[in-house]
Formats: sequence, C-alpha cells, structure tokens
Amino acid sequence: MSGNGRQFNVVGKSVPRVEGADKVRGKAVFTDDMRLPGMVHGKLKHATVAHGRIVSIDVERARQVPGVLAVITGEECAKPYSVNNYKPSEWPLAKGKVVYCGEAVAAVAAMDEAAAERAVELIDVQYEELPVLLDPREALSRDDARIHDWAEHNIGYEGVQQFGDVDDTLEKSPHVVENSFYSSYTHCGFLEPQSTLADYNTGTGLLTVYTCNQLPHYLQQTIARTLDQRMEKIRVVIPTVGGAFGGKTEATPSCLVACMLSRQLGRPVKITYTREEVFHQNKGRHPAHMTMKMGFDNEGRITALDFDCLLDGGGHSSWGFVVMWFIAALTHLPYKLPVVRYKGKRVYTNKPTPGAQRCLGGVQVRMAFESMLDMGAAKVGVNPYDIRMINAVEAGYKGPTVIEVRHAEFKKCLESVASRSGFVEKYGKLPYGRGIGMAGGHYSTGGAFLLYPSFRPHSTAQLRVDTEAGVTLYIGATAIGQGAMTVLCQMVAEELGVDYREVHLVCQDTMLAPMDNGTYDSRLTYGSGHAIKNAAADIKAKLFDVAAIMVGAGKDHLECVNGEIRSIYEPNRKVAFKKAVYQYLSSVGPLFGTGEYTPPQPKGDYDGKLIGPSPAFGFTAQAAEVEVDLETGQIKVVGYWEAGDCGKAINPMSVEGQVEGAISMGLGATFFEEMVVDANGRMLNPNFHDYKMPTALDMPELQTEIVASYDPTSAYGNKEVGEGPVGPVIPAILNAVYDAIGIRFTEVPLKPEKVLWALGTIEAPAERRLHVSSESTYCARRGCAPDGSSLQEP
Amino acid sequence: MKRVIELTINGSAYDVVISPQDLLIDVLRQKLDLTGTKKGCGQGDCGTCTVLIDGRRALACLTLAIACEGRQILTIEGMEKHGVLHPIQQAFIDKGAIQCGYCTPGMVLSAKALLDEHPAPTEHEIKLGISGNLCRCTGYVKIVEAVRDAAARLQAAADCGKGA
Repeated sequence: MSGNGRQFNVVGKSVPRVEGADKVRGKAVFTDDMRLPGMVHGKLKHATVAHGRIVSIDVERARQVPGVLAVITGEECAKPYSVNNYKPSEWPLAKGKVVYCGEAVAAVAAMDEAAAERAVELIDVQYEELPVLLDPREALSRDDARIHDWAEHNIGYEGVQQFGDVDDTLEKSPHVVENSFYSSYTHCGFLEPQSTLADYNTGTGLLTVYTCNQLPHYLQQTIARTLDQRMEKIRVVIPTVGGAFGGKTEATPSCLVACMLSRQLGRPVKITYTREEVFHQNKGRHPAHMTMKMGFDNEGRITALDFDCLLDGGGHSSWGFVVMWFIAALTHLPYKLPVVRYKGKRVYTNKPTPGAQRCLGGVQVRMAFESMLDMGAAKVGVNPYDIRMINAVEAGYKGPTVIEVRHAEFKKCLESVASRSGFVEKYGKLPYGRGIGMAGGHYSTGGAFLLYPSFRPHSTAQLRVDTEAGVTLYIGATAIGQGAMTVLCQMVAEELGVDYREVHLVCQDTMLAPMDNGTYDSRLTYGSGHAIKNAAADIKAKLFDVAAIMVGAGKDHLECVNGEIRSIYEPNRKVAFKKAVYQYLSSVGPLFGTGEYTPPQPKGDYDGKLIGPSPAFGFTAQAAEVEVDLETGQIKVVGYWEAGDCGKAINPMSVEGQVEGAISMGLGATFFEEMVVDANGRMLNPNFHDYKMPTALDMPELQTEIVASYDPTSAYGNKEVGEGPVGPVIPAILNAVYDAIGIRFTEVPLKPEKVLWALGTIEAPAERRLHVSSESTYCARRGCAPDGSSLQEP
Repeated sequence: MKRVIELTINGSAYDVVISPQDLLIDVLRQKLDLTGTKKGCGQGDCGTCTVLIDGRRALACLTLAIACEGRQILTIEGMEKHGVLHPIQQAFIDKGAIQCGYCTPGMVLSAKALLDEHPAPTEHEIKLGISGNLCRCTGYVKIVEAVRDAAARLQAAADCGKGA
C-alpha cells in the first residue's frame, strides 16, 4: 500500500545517495568550482579594529593596480539587512562604522585574484577607535558606548515569557536547585568556504547568483531588498553545498558585494572566502550566560523553572531574536514543565556575529536543563534515569504554551539508552574517576510560521510526468549534505512506483523550482513529504482516469508499484506505468501535479509565541561513560549510546549518518571548540589549526539506535532527526564527569586544564573564573570517595 | 618569472605555464579544471586538497607546483578507470560515507594511500590514516566502515587475481 499505511516499498530503505557517485568522483560542482566566460575575481578589505568610526577610505592606490576593474565601499550600499529584516544592522560593506574586527569595509574586482589581493592591501582605511565591548554583561552597562546607536544598553532584543506563578511555586517546592552555566562560542565549521559567482546580464537585466546557501528563496528576497533589484530579475542557483549546519542560512557580505560588482561591471564576478574570512563571517552558535532555578516535588516531578538567559550577540542582528525566543520554546520539552518564567536578552558585542548553528537554541538549553535535572535527582534522591522518565512528555502533551506534542516516543529512547548502557547498574557505582551520565533532547520539525511575513504555503512540489523526461520533481528544497535529494526521490518513487534513481530532481533554483521556506529548523523532509504526497495524488487522480480503463478496474482501486499501475484487489489486472502515461499524454494532454503544505497555525497570546510551535518533534536520549585521568585532566569517552525517535526513518542509513555527525559536533563543542578573541576583539584562532574540530581519532565508538516509531501526522511517518541529537551531548558528558569525580562543570569546552584547576592539581590563573560547582550529595551517595576531600565548595 | 613545466597527472602529461610560487591546488583547479581537489582551508589543516604524489599523501595547498615536475600526481579524477569506480569509491557510496561531499575526494585519496601500504588495516590504523582529513558531517563512523569494506573488496579482488 503506497503511502496509505505503514507498509512501504522504497521509503524506509537504506538506499545509497543519488548524488553519491558525483561526489565520490570529484564531479559534484561546488560554487568555487565554477567559471563563466569573462569572469573576474572579487576580494574584500576587512576592518582591523573591532569597534571604530570609519574616518576615511582611500582607494586611489588600489584603483591604480593593473588589472583592477572596480573598487567599492559602503557608500555604494543602499540598505542594511538582517534575518527577517528585523533590526537590520549589517551592510554588504560597513557604512559609517565597523562593529567587529574582520568586518568587510571595501571590495575590489580585478582580472585575477593576485591583482585583487594587491589592490585590497593598498586600500587605506582610517578609524576613530571606540571602546571595545567583548562581554555582554559589560556591554549592558555601557550605554555610553553603544555599538548601534538605536540599541539602548546594547540590547538588541529582550523579552519575558511567564506561565504560572514561578516565585510562589518555587517557594512551595520541597526541593529547589539553582546554578549558572556558560555555553561556548562555537562555529559551524563547514568545510566549504562560502563562495558566490554573480552574473549580471546587461541585456536582460537578470542577475543570476550562484552561491552556497540553505535558503535560496529567502536569499533572493534579501538581495532584492538590500540591492534594490526586482525579485523577478534575480535568479538564485545553489550548486552543491559543502556543509552548512545553519551557518549558510544568511546572505554573506561577499554574496551581496559580488552582486554589486557584477551589476557595475556587467560581467561575472566570483568571490570565495578564505578560511579566516569564514571564521570572521561566523554566524555560529550564540554563547549564553544562563541561570536556572528549578523546583521539584518529593517524587521528582518538576514544579517550576525560573530561567535567565543572556546571549552574546556579537556585532550584528542576524538570527538573534529567533535564537532568543527559540531558547524559550525549547525549554518546554522534552519534559513536562507546568510553571516557567523565561527572561531573555540578546546583547551586541564587538565580536564576529553568532547566528544559527545546528540545534539552534537547543544546545544552550539542554546543557543547563539536563545538568539541573541531575542536580535535582540527587536532591530528591532518585536516579537520573528515573527523574527523566517521571518528567518525560508523551504523545498528546500540551503544556502551558501553544506548543503541542502530537506524537512522541521519548520514553522509548530513554529506556533504550538506559538498558543498552547499563545506566542504572553503573551510575554512582563505577570506580572514582570513571562515571556515566545521561541526557535527553528534542527538536522541532519546522516552525509553524514562515521566516518572512506571508501566508503562502511553506512547501510546494510540482511533478511532471511524460515520455521525454520520465518523472521530474520540481521542488524548492535545498540539499546541504543531509541527504535531502535521496529521500525526496524515495518519496516520489514510493508514490509512483518508479525506481528512485529514475526520478529527475529540479531544485535549488529560484527560477525553475517553486518557492520553499528553506533548509533550516529540520523542516524539509516533513514539509516536502506532505507536498510530494499531495502532488503525486494530483498526478494519480488524473492518470488513473485513463489507467482505469486500460486496466479494467475502478480508478479508486489502483496503485502504482514496480513500474506498473495495478488493481489493489486483483494485482494481475495491470498496465505498465509508462504505457498509461503515453496514453494519457496522447488522449488528454500534458500531465502535471501540484502539492503544497503549510503547518498548523497555533493561536496564542504571549510574546514570542510565533517561535517554537511545530507540527512534529523528534526526540533523542543519550548516555556517555567517561574516564577522567586525574593526573593529566584528560577525559576519555569510553562508551556512547544514543536512541532516537525520528518517526519513520525514510532512509535509515542517512538517519544514522545524521545522528553520528550531530554527536561529533556535540563532542567538539564539549571538549575543544571555542573561538577566542583577544582584549582588542581580534580573533586568535580563525583557522582549523587552532580551532579544533574532532578528527577520526577523537571519536569514541558511537552506538546509535532508531527506535520503532511512526508519526501519523506525517506524510510518511517521519520527523526531525538532524539537529536534536547535538543537544544532549554536552550535558551527558558533564553529568558523567560529575559522576566520575564529583565536580559539576557548568561551562564548556571542558579542556584538561579546567579539570586540573577544578581538582586543585594546578592553580587557575587569577582572571579565570571557572564555572564549576559541587553538590554535597555526591560524597554521601558514593559513601565519600577517597578523593572527596579535594572537592571544591560551591 | 613564469615558465612552462610538464606535470604528470592521472597518467597524462600537461604543459602548464606557472610562476615559481604557484601552489599545486591552484594549478589543478584553475589552470587544469581538475576541480575535484577541494580547497577547504588553504593552510594544510583540513585535508580536503589531499592528492597522492608518487603514491604518498600530499596536501596540494602546501605543495609548490614547480616541485612536482617529473613526479606522478594522482587526483580524485584519476581514481575511476574506464567508467568503473575504484572499490574505495564504491564502498564510500554503499556504506553511506558521503554527506556533503566536500571532504570526500581527499578522504578517498587518504584511504587509498593507507590501503596501498596496509591492505588489512586495524580500526586504529584506519582512523590514523584518515586523521589528517576533517569531516564535519559524518562523525567518521561510516567513513571508517567504508574503508574497512574497501579493504575487504580489494583483498577479495587480489585473491581472485591470484586464483586465476
């Protein structure tokens, strides 16, 4: 039964990637691989100060360099931009002032890269330096040194959500725990540097933009608005994307500048970032200073949460207000939370701007929340596994917000990791220095509202079936390495009974493919699934009129399987799919089908309500076993278990790859990754040598499992999988380290020196205030470890 | 001073005009359109530009083109023979070792260098062999599986060759 129930022919199979052969042969074309006739090269000049007024820019010497065709500055820029055009602050080239070191201030186009580089060096920019604010806590108190004139106290966004009487509930709760946390300043770390090839056609006025971006339709809007170019005269084409992880959801200055230069010169202009420029462009994770106060009843049920979250926003607006409210929304799952107050602030600082990174908002919340759960469990006197089971949400859960959980197998995930890791047997009983920790998580499957104000469908699919191209799917979806192309082809194949490798896919092109909200918030497979199913139903409704006569069965009794259209009841009554298509084209005409999808629109009346509700949520539970080397401070992960509820896995092999990749990103953030700026705001590690990401040697053995699940609200039972699994990694490790040595680390990355500082083996530098705390319950529970005396007081 | 040198790449000879400071990565990508070799960092940290020079792993972003005269360069474009993928390439597809694909060419060449030297590597040897190649997508699990699978395929092909 194709698509009507839980039996599938193609969906649910671990088939290889449709684009795999191109990628493994080096034939997949990434933007920087492209070259067009007459193409020239662009290069950006970057600010050398983190905060300063631009006094003058002298471009004369740059213009004299042989081969230089154009030099532009912020004076040529029409408008600033930001995500959703909410508090736009960023210009293609800085105008008036720079707000972080590395911000683009001028650009050159030249016949070759060498000439462009020489010219950029000769641009002379004079700055009047302004106070550099690097810590959001300091920035808040420096209204005298506003980073943006309109941002009082440097606050970009702030908001409060309150459900119930938090103070009263906490007052009456028998157990209350409180702690502060700091999540670090990490970078998406995609391997393909951003690249744009802009091609303005002076004859037609059409600007074609080839670039690596996750949201081509949204980028088209940004270009239109920022460069005063009509939408219909912009075509965004996305070649192969070499990783994105949220960091390619926005326009880069280089993309907009390439468009400006191409329009000025009337020839194709390519700009590809160096790795250093990628780090300065950043748009990775928001560092968060978080304080949580959580109450529990005597059984371990959470009674209330008071949550303060201060986000370090860097120089520009980016996804700031979305991150601030998403953190609030993600607090409400995967545990029942009846009473909660969230106070969020996102503050500008003079650092490269954080934006969206995989599991946006979830990493910060989970780090704090899951640590608090373990602290609460110790206080109440229950096992960390039990406290999670007691509070875990189930299908049908609706808390105080507009967020509704229509389907959940979170408890199955918790049960699976607990039993596979031997959690209950090991917890608190391993030798000192060795410990086990657990954490849960979830993520939304696309928001309920569009990124840009509009009421049109979020996902659209068009199918064309004929004898010339066979089956062709036109869809606005963008593949960023997650395997979207393959699963979309699997869905079409499922519906029309053709081989998934035979489906032609036209996507990543705003002119050829219909509008789509974009690849973010794990929305693609769910939304596209519905749209594809609807488009295929449209095709079948038309085609079966003809096929029914050919087969000699009622049109409602037909299905498409294995290249045939056949009667459900008498499978021998059948006709070849191609033959029916030929007949349809000859007797009726062209065969097109259209489908769309828009998530349910929840109603509510509180600030930030638009961000958080989702048609479905994926869930994950993880456990880590660690060994702490007390002499070196090194932490070794000796076991790692995960169980995930992604609904029906369309392609289990791809799901495993997503989960494994997500965990590796989480482990990087736990142990190594942190962008570091000096006292002047200059980044000290804008390269992969000093910004450490996990290599194959750093990875522990990962034992992942897809739990049996099917979300009936979804076209194929599927839900989110690619983002949620990043979230629990940090707290699973932090909880395991606590179990091992009785020290609760509340900041990452957890470098060996921090472990030694905390153990008292070596003295921490005076200026280094380490986020760690300890709980008296540890010694009692362990019957006081021999090294218990070395534990620090909170 | 520009000069003409002959480079042997994937068994074919190319005459290229280069400056002494030209890097192999730029010559491959910009002058010869061999864009399968990727530039991820330009600083020798990420491994996406990995090629084999006389059978040994080399980072094309740190290698001067002029130093490659008279040497055999193998890039990803040279792995496929007569339209048939190399067993390592096929294993990467079958085992789901490819996500965004940006690290893939370099990863495949590192795997080849490893398996040429150690036809039956241990898990640790595999991880060591690809530890100079970053991958941000996969967590390496399926890449390690693919290399192990490729070793078995190559071994089976070698055994088959002996028997014949």
